[in-house]
Amino acid sequence: MDSMTIIAVASIVTAGLTTGIGCMCPALGEGRSVATALTALAQQPDASATITRTLFVGLAMIESTAIYCFVVSMILIFANPFWNHVIAGAATAAGK
Amino acid sequence: MRLSPDQLIFWQHGFFKLNGTIVFTWGLMIVLAVGSKLITRKLSTDLKRSRWQNLLEIVVTGIEKQIEDVGLKHPEKYMGFLGTLFLFVALAALCTIIPGYEPPTGSLSTTAALALCVFVAVPLFGIEEQGLRGYLVSYAKPTFIMLPFNIISELSRTLALAVRLFGNMMSGAMIIAILLTITPFLFPIVMTALGLLTGMVQAYIFSILAAVYLAAATHTRKPKPAPAPKKT
Repeated sequence: MDSMTIIAVASIVTAGLTTGIGCMCPALGEGRSVATALTALAQQPDASATITRTLFVGLAMIESTAIYCFVVSMILIFANPFWNHVIAGAATAAGK
Repeated sequence: MRLSPDQLIFWQHGFFKLNGTIVFTWGLMIVLAVGSKLITRKLSTDLKRSRWQNLLEIVVTGIEKQIEDVGLKHPEKYMGFLGTLFLFVALAALCTIIPGYEPPTGSLSTTAALALCVFVAVPLFGIEEQGLRGYLVSYAKPTFIMLPFNIISELSRTLALAVRLFGNMMSGAMIIAILLTITPFLFPIVMTALGLLTGMVQAYIFSILAAVYLAAATHTRKPKPAPAPKKT
């Protein structure tokens, strides 16, 4: 296997794994936080504005880890520096 | 596959490039500034108001109430900064309805600039409220060992602000672009609606987080008087 193949396989597999794990774990965390927020709302409905706002801020915090994983996957697929470097090397080798 | 409006070049002359991010940001600035100027030319305080003035009043009083709920005691001082953040990001997301438009917040440069504004504003407001010495002392709270961690947390939450907004906006635009090549008309429209919702939520989150950071930097250690019991 030459280096081009290794880079391609590693990028593809890593991109898939990153998205897979990066979507599962934040979803679990967000599910738990929403469940707790609903319990709190049921116990104290008149604090619903504070609880809802804090819930949204917490969800955004958890969501940002999922976004980090998504950004890394996108970089691996569309703006991969290792792949670009190897492709540029192959183009100059073929052009010579 | 275009990752961000940075790669959409409208005009180029040597080193200077007018890309999509710059042009759409200018468009948003013009709409916000000219719109507000036109609406606030003739403000009236009696019962007969123009509907645009009503709209602006709803927006402004809503933002003021949110800022006060977060814990900032004089919302007028922070209204300019936080209100502008919210309005810019919200309008950037809302204008996705217009065909041919891409949100400038889908480019990491715009979101990094907004996050840097928050990064600079937090010490500015903190020093204005607590004095230079009082603000610097707050970095060593609760113990002196926390000093490097407080500094690191300042930097990392700025980075998190930028990447969160960028990731949300870029993912919305990219999912719609991918779907347009695969499925017929209905599904991309549904995803555009979802993108609008997440855009508004992200605008709210960005400004509320900025308000929370400001509240943490400006809280004074004088004992607060007990709040009056709220009547519900």
